[in-house]
Amino acid sequence: MTHLIDIKGLSFQRNHRPIFSSVDLTITRGKITAIMGPSGSGKTTLLRLIGGQLIPGQGTITIDGQVIHKLKRRSLYQLRKRMGMLFQSAGLFTHLTVFENVAFPLREHTQLSEAMIRNLVLLKLQMVGLRGARDLMPSELSGGMARRVALARAIALDPELIMYDEPFSGQDPISMAVLVKLVHTLNQSLGLTSIIVSHDVPETLSITDYAYVISDGKVIGRGTAESIKHTDSAQLQQFLQGLPDGPVPFHYPAINIEQDLIGETR
Amino acid sequence: MLNYIASLGRFGMHLIQQYGQAGVLLSRTLLRLPNPRKGFPLVVQQVYAEGVLSLLIIIVSGLFIGMVVGLQGYHTLAKFGASQELGPLVALSVVRELGPVVTALLFAGRAGSAIAAEIGLMKATEQLSSMEMMAVDPLQRVIAPRCWGGFISMPLLTLIFNVTAVYGAYLVGVKWLGLDAGAFWSNMQASVDFNLDVVNGIIKSIAFGFVVTWIAVYQGYYAEPTSAGIANATTRTVVYSSLAVLGLDFVLTTMMIGGW
Amino acid sequence: MLSQRTIEIVVGLFLLAAICALLVLAFKVSGLTTFFHSGGYRVEADFDDIGQLKVRSAVKISGVTIGEVTRIQLDPNTYQAKVTMWLNSYMNAIPDDSSAAILTAGLLGDNYIEISPMYSHTFLHNGSEIKDTKSAMILEKLIGQFLFKINGGNGDKTSTEKSTGDKK
Repeated sequence: MTHLIDIKGLSFQRNHRPIFSSVDLTITRGKITAIMGPSGSGKTTLLRLIGGQLIPGQGTITIDGQVIHKLKRRSLYQLRKRMGMLFQSAGLFTHLTVFENVAFPLREHTQLSEAMIRNLVLLKLQMVGLRGARDLMPSELSGGMARRVALARAIALDPELIMYDEPFSGQDPISMAVLVKLVHTLNQSLGLTSIIVSHDVPETLSITDYAYVISDGKVIGRGTAESIKHTDSAQLQQFLQGLPDGPVPFHYPAINIEQDLIGETR
Repeated sequence: MLNYIASLGRFGMHLIQQYGQAGVLLSRTLLRLPNPRKGFPLVVQQVYAEGVLSLLIIIVSGLFIGMVVGLQGYHTLAKFGASQELGPLVALSVVRELGPVVTALLFAGRAGSAIAAEIGLMKATEQLSSMEMMAVDPLQRVIAPRCWGGFISMPLLTLIFNVTAVYGAYLVGVKWLGLDAGAFWSNMQASVDFNLDVVNGIIKSIAFGFVVTWIAVYQGYYAEPTSAGIANATTRTVVYSSLAVLGLDFVLTTMMIGGW
Repeated sequence: MLSQRTIEIVVGLFLLAAICALLVLAFKVSGLTTFFHSGGYRVEADFDDIGQLKVRSAVKISGVTIGEVTRIQLDPNTYQAKVTMWLNSYMNAIPDDSSAAILTAGLLGDNYIEISPMYSHTFLHNGSEIKDTKSAMILEKLIGQFLFKINGGNGDKTSTEKSTGDKK
């Protein structure tokens, strides 16, 4: 089976506001798939749906042959051990050191000896280049470093799938380059299936094998990095090139300005 | 008019929904017992954070409340020539009422707000979500130890508060105002009943500990993940649990005086 | 952050302190020791009116506590209150013709039983009964009598006193 994740006819709404309406997606095993879209298009929600933290309104999300929202708690947790997720805010445990943060999933899910855990943690930290920072507290880390630690923690249990939520946003160019390189190497060296949710178009497209663009709850574009750049959908091009006005209007929906200004005096 | 009724209905439904959520949270938390090997150290940590760290404020307030009740009681009783009854007055008011209630109020302010803020912040910084994605149940790993820590700490703090308050009154009544120590203690012993007064006080404190911790955990867990949301959750924890403690105290006292 | 071991020790001390507090509450504050009535003996006495006397009220001789009331029942035949009290075993030489009175500590204090020893050479023992009893002074009754005395005028003074005396 080449499709690790299969999403069919997914609909989801929050507070009566539709976020997705019949979205179809497939994530290929061992590849980097990007899901892009403007802010507020529900990209993070999609990751949470895949992680089983939210239940879809309609449609199915199948991961490795298991429908995730129909799983019992125990098997859901079993499945989650095979996933890693990197949150936008890193989500490090603020009361634990970097070392303990990375050791956390190992301590929770394995019966390994202390020496073994130490070795594994140091290896994972080495992979993200932060072996020297093992005794720092999360509050002493920069945003980029915190994300790298969170990445080391996410891969601590050697998952098959890793989901990145906005890994590049709010980073300076150097840490962005570091993260891009890391995501790429992890995929190459460990054969991880990766999902990147992002709106940083050039960085994301530079490493993805396949990309989806979501807007207004629908998939408006799909294809490989090259092919998606040359799609001639106006909406897609506006997003990819970052044009201020286009099919997505600059103005929030409102009545005509002349009427509004006159209306004030009335 | 219909709008008002509708908003009342919406409010009611919201209220019921909140109670439901809180109940579900509690039952899930209590059902998912942490596994003893990993859970025990976590509970111990929480007893430390919620109980031991609250000790200072409990002891200081216990001492002062005991001293004030002793002083006030002495002067009031002296008017009736009954200053020998200071011991029973202090012991009964502290053991039955002041001990559990004041400890619960202080506990809500000291530990309850801290629990709510900590859980709310863990939620806001996606620590709970990332825990969930690491296949670790936050209810089991984060919420349950805090609940048990609170359930255990509250009665213990109340016991310590009671004793310090009684000794505070002893200091004022016997050491300062010159009552006879023997009369102070023996009159106290004659009027305080272990089952009726001391045990009922402990039952109250257990109930209060339960309610305060529950409210704190609920407010933290369902806090809006913003700084304003966490501030709200902390405030609500203190306000709601204080009100709940005072209301519940009335109910429990009625039950204890009436039926038991 | 403290190490887990330190935390465990501190929490252990905390528990210990709480247990000590419980013991203080049990023995020092509520006088639970007297629950263990070991090595004492029980004596009964019938009173016309026990006032506010309760179970666990003190029994004293010359103001020194020597025991406590353990049971209060109404005798269905005489309509008197039958009070059972427990006396400490070291007080084993109380003459059996002693009298028992229910007194009040201070104006508003608790009622207690005061035993006034007499001169008999036989002593109270387990199950014996104190015959000579004085009921509690009930404030309302005293006031009532006092008012009656004032209202009833000077002529009837002696009979009032007599009736009071009879009652006692």
